[in-house]
Amino acid sequence: MALAASNGHPGIARPSELVRFATAGSVDDGKSTLIGRLLYDTKSIFEDQLEHVERSSAQRGDGYVNLALLTDGLRAEREQGITIDVAYRYFHTPRRKFIIADTPGHEQYTRNMVTGASTADLALILVDARKGVLEQSRRHAFIASLLRIPHLVVCVNKMDLVDFDEGVFERVCADFTAWAAKLDVHDVTFIPISALHGDNVAERSERMPWYQGPALLYHLEHVYVASDRNLVDARLPVQWVVRPMSDDHHDYRGYAGQVASGAFRVGDEVIVLPSGRQSRVAAIDTYDGPREEAFPPLSVTLRLEDDVDVSRGDMICRPQNRPIEAREMDAMVCWMSERPLQPAGRYRIKHTTRTALAKAEDVQYRIDVNSLHRHEDARGLALNEIGRLRLRLSSPLFVDQYRRNRTTGSFILIDESTNDTVGAGMVL
Amino acid sequence: MSTAVPPRVLGGGDEMSYEIPHLRALESEAIHVIREVAAELERGVLLFSGGKDSAVLLHLARKAFYPAALPFPVMHVDTGHNFPEVIEYRDRMVADLGARLIVASVQDSIDTGRVVEENGPRSSRNRLQSVTLLDAIEQHGFRAAFGGARRDEERARAKERIFSFRDDFGQWNPKGQRPELWNLYNGFVKPGEHVRVFPLSNWTELDVWEYVAEERIPLPSIYFAHLRDVFRRDGMLYAVSPFVELLPGEEPFTEWVRFRTVGDMSCTGAVRSHAVQLEEVVAEIAATRITERGETRADDRISEAAMEDRKKEGYF
Repeated sequence: MALAASNGHPGIARPSELVRFATAGSVDDGKSTLIGRLLYDTKSIFEDQLEHVERSSAQRGDGYVNLALLTDGLRAEREQGITIDVAYRYFHTPRRKFIIADTPGHEQYTRNMVTGASTADLALILVDARKGVLEQSRRHAFIASLLRIPHLVVCVNKMDLVDFDEGVFERVCADFTAWAAKLDVHDVTFIPISALHGDNVAERSERMPWYQGPALLYHLEHVYVASDRNLVDARLPVQWVVRPMSDDHHDYRGYAGQVASGAFRVGDEVIVLPSGRQSRVAAIDTYDGPREEAFPPLSVTLRLEDDVDVSRGDMICRPQNRPIEAREMDAMVCWMSERPLQPAGRYRIKHTTRTALAKAEDVQYRIDVNSLHRHEDARGLALNEIGRLRLRLSSPLFVDQYRRNRTTGSFILIDESTNDTVGAGMVL
Repeated sequence: MSTAVPPRVLGGGDEMSYEIPHLRALESEAIHVIREVAAELERGVLLFSGGKDSAVLLHLARKAFYPAALPFPVMHVDTGHNFPEVIEYRDRMVADLGARLIVASVQDSIDTGRVVEENGPRSSRNRLQSVTLLDAIEQHGFRAAFGGARRDEERARAKERIFSFRDDFGQWNPKGQRPELWNLYNGFVKPGEHVRVFPLSNWTELDVWEYVAEERIPLPSIYFAHLRDVFRRDGMLYAVSPFVELLPGEEPFTEWVRFRTVGDMSCTGAVRSHAVQLEEVVAEIAATRITERGETRADDRISEAAMEDRKKEGYF
């Protein structure tokens, strides 16, 4: 849709596509500096913010404008000089609008990394050129692959401190590639940078003529993300039944939801789960008028030709392409609570728009996020631990494998007594 | 995901491909959030200040349930220090929509002794609003309150969840937030607790303005350039009003201005501008080099963590 052309705002460069990426890093690897640099070089930092950073840098005696200070949100983080929680940052270029999920990288914040990774199209992993591929880089890559982030970018940072040496860069690429071979990752790009000086961040660096690839910003602007969505398996989890009951719309009954995957067209045969009743799509309604077709991530309202019983939590799909009706399922779960997973414990499970109860019948193994070793003697999961569980459900859920569908393959576990979100799960 | 087919070009109309412009993606995300709240939390309310963000929020809520009416009322926390243009706009929008309006009055909180008003030329009712808001939420038994806050506005907000939990005292605990993954929101609350919901979390100021322009959303007239009596204080231009005492040396003068945010007359600064048309305002916003809060809000100039502290107390 050529929005810029259709309503003609001269002089406003309108980003056309939304791209979400996640970064993870620790105190010293330059993550905050890199984000600060991206914001600065895309003119996303305002003058008053920059003045503030300059003042704070001077007070701290940093000796330079510490762009890392831009990203510390909470008082506790500024006081302790650490990143505790996911922060979201925004910038745009003429081509795209970016949402950065900026997460802490230390093992004790694995759950925050998982959170940031859950919606990301791309993961940005920082490796300190002097130190090479460390345990934490491997952990970040594992989490990116576990959460099935389609694109990985490895920024080999601090190249200025290794004399922009091609050999150092090549060694990091080889080490990382060897590790990535053990993971389920398909698209990895390596870029040698200096976040502090801006080399290969917004502009190609002249100090690394041996590097023929794009600068980071160019890569972020051009990596092809549109095909990462599942446009095959039509799924609409029903959120809300629209019944105006007004004189104008007396018999109106529409099923509102955000298309999870696939496409629905007017006239398509559909089936409603769990009832199994079949009908056809009579109309796809929006406030802006009817549509011929709906696909992710659009929020729409479907009307069906027949008067079938549909309520919140139901799943509309195609008769020949249905999700799995699961009463039991295996899943990888990241534990997010200080209270460990109780063996045979009972939790609320929220999957798409349906909530049921789940019991953890069996912890099959806990996976060491640094070595990928499987501990098969695990009895439970503690905070930040990831393991494979067998769950038994109080009523069926309509799931797909997470590797095929990030929306209908994901769920959260909620503690019944505290109401906290305690687990994040991916259907195997 | 790897099995996805490549995008195709379909014939006809605007739906030429499966590519989604970012404003449509943000709109769909916000509508999803609004519907989740309506479905999962018993009593919701939409906080409406009459500012551009709440105007967009109201527009999105209307889209979420179309062609049905809003399934929740709209609430204005009225400090009594409003721009009259904003009150006029509020009443017009609510009437247009056929929505139910609740007005929670800071003056009532003062009259009943719930809060004590600040004195002096620099006084403001900004902070008092938190008490009025929490009292109204408790009185009506609201479990969810929609707000138009965005993460790009302020550093504490950059860390806040879309579903932001408030305890029995209305407090936000930034260190104990519920993890928020995929598009799965946890709206379970106990009696006395509530959730603040921010469907515009991922929007920037420019996104909001571009969306206003694209959707032709009506805004209060003070967002557009007009002639107004103003005075200068701390490097900002403030409107002359019955709610502000002038300090010695502060001389009123007439200037072409518009407002970039809508708050109380006592703490909202104006910017010099001749941008009368919506497109002109959007062009100025796109070119500006100063944040909206830095340029126009005295309430955030108090300290490094002014917003974080107010949010912990229950502020918007």
